[in-house]
Amino acid sequence: MKILLLRLIGAAMLWLGGATLAQAALTIEITQGVEGALPVAVVPFGWQGPEGSQPPGDVAAVITADLQRSGRFSPLPVTDMLSRPHEGGQVNFRDWRLLNVENLVVGRVVASGDSYIVQFQLFDVFRATPLIGYSIRSTAAGLRLTAHQISDLIYETLMGGPGAFATRIAYVTEVRSDDGGRHYSLQVADADGHNPQPVLNSSEPLMSPSWSPDGKRLAYVSFESKRPAIYIQEIDTGRRELITSYPGLNGAPRWSPDGKSLALVLSRSGSADVYVLDLERRNLRQITHSYSIDTEPVWYPDGSALIFTSDRGGTPQLYRVLLADGIAKRLTFEGRYNSRASFSPDGKRIAMVHEDQGAFRIAVMELDSGAIQILTDSKLDESPSFAPNGSMVIYATEDKGRGVLSAVSVDGRVKQRLALQKGHAREPAWSP
Amino acid sequence: MNMVKKLFVATVPLLVLAGCASTPESVTQAPVEETVPAQAAVDQPVAAVATAAPANTGFSGHVLDDPSSLLAKRVVYFDFDKSDISREARDIIASHAKYLADHSSARITLEGHADERGSREYNMGLGERRGNAVSKFLMLQGVAARQVEVISYGEERPAAFGHDESSWQLNRRAEILYKSR
Repeated sequence: MKILLLRLIGAAMLWLGGATLAQAALTIEITQGVEGALPVAVVPFGWQGPEGSQPPGDVAAVITADLQRSGRFSPLPVTDMLSRPHEGGQVNFRDWRLLNVENLVVGRVVASGDSYIVQFQLFDVFRATPLIGYSIRSTAAGLRLTAHQISDLIYETLMGGPGAFATRIAYVTEVRSDDGGRHYSLQVADADGHNPQPVLNSSEPLMSPSWSPDGKRLAYVSFESKRPAIYIQEIDTGRRELITSYPGLNGAPRWSPDGKSLALVLSRSGSADVYVLDLERRNLRQITHSYSIDTEPVWYPDGSALIFTSDRGGTPQLYRVLLADGIAKRLTFEGRYNSRASFSPDGKRIAMVHEDQGAFRIAVMELDSGAIQILTDSKLDESPSFAPNGSMVIYATEDKGRGVLSAVSVDGRVKQRLALQKGHAREPAWSP
Repeated sequence: MNMVKKLFVATVPLLVLAGCASTPESVTQAPVEETVPAQAAVDQPVAAVATAAPANTGFSGHVLDDPSSLLAKRVVYFDFDKSDISREARDIIASHAKYLADHSSARITLEGHADERGSREYNMGLGERRGNAVSKFLMLQGVAARQVEVISYGEERPAAFGHDESSWQLNRRAEILYKSR
């Protein structure tokens, strides 16, 4: 088993190393395999372009890495393939049955003026029938996104639920220079860690990125004025707006599901309390009124209530508060420390930070039953964020003294790490 | 019996520190404050604190810069998830309270910090609570509210970068920073 695991890691690193030499700021490694993954083959795509030209990217390699990373698929190495068809008519299904491949993806990239047409088909090998086929117009810069969209189509067809490959993650990085300087950056990258783009750079701490429901803006906390303040920034234009800078805390912004309000934390009453700010009318409503630390609000998907962290009972625990009546009800009872909830998209469960014998781990709790499952096994795990399809949870952890991002499947069986080349990464937030 | 118990308690932190000595991440400085007679600062007349240090130290300069003064201590430490002021911290804060009460134009920022364990925004709240605890103590000793500003940095600005108790105990702190004297 150990050897198998090691081979898996090797294979995964090679795949990504080969695919993205140019911009491999984050690299994904499969740190724990999964038995019973679906055997699939993605044949390197054909190329139809001007004489002597090269395709602008390796679409099949991106799809293969996506499927492998999800933990639900076990892609066949290219070197094991007996043939390399590019369209249905060229497929000899016996070749693939011999290799126990259950599903096959073939396709080609066709140059078309300034743009490209990406064609692909997905086959059921044992029934020898096509399942889906698409022709997608793309550009050189958009080719990775097109590949992620194809991965989503394959995932949805074979797994029966939406994929989350064509999404993004926001996170904070910190680089400490030798002269003692600290450089903070709010970054947005593709969900596979590629194509990282700085949204904001600062010499003061940045915290708590939260996506707007339309995926176009981020709310976050910046210490650029030497004290915490909440900002909202449009990702594409960089246009930003100061939202709150009251004396004391200005923290933990979270967009409401309808995008019209921001839940946030202020301490202008003397201790940390949860407020809701109407972004249009700019009126502020205080939701919690306690002398304890009330923080880290997250919205129920229907917008009717919040879950927040409070130590009103002596230690940090999670509470639910209905916006209609402001009455809080304790949700967590297992363990001394439960905090920083993140909702699953269906609203049935939350991921949270859970202390287990001195270690801080990511756990998932079913809201109906209160049953807790611990997903991670390291010591300093924090900031869980659900994938928009609910299949995985991304979180921050520490590895050999470095802050790194990891993702774990909701059943806890598959883990992947996204490692920065330089500095520390933390506070990942998965886009809608 | 009581004595034995006390000895044991005193030895444990040393063992913990010794156990961490081989870890490359661990810091060398122990967070334990040097023992200062609790009465020293409190019993001194305000004027003595506010002017030059005692002559026998050979120190000349501003009293805030005298390394042998309690005023030279600008950091107080806390237990995990706690904001209670320890006995050592009380003495340090009391000496600053006297200085501030006597120098009404002096201004400080109290920075509250937390160790890295647990969640970040909760730690922001915890850092603020620590800063507020020190601030409240200062007010009780006659410091004016306008002289003090509390800012929490949560776990965002650790003093030590290790990932074990030897660093964590240095990071659970409140720092007294003079903006004007």
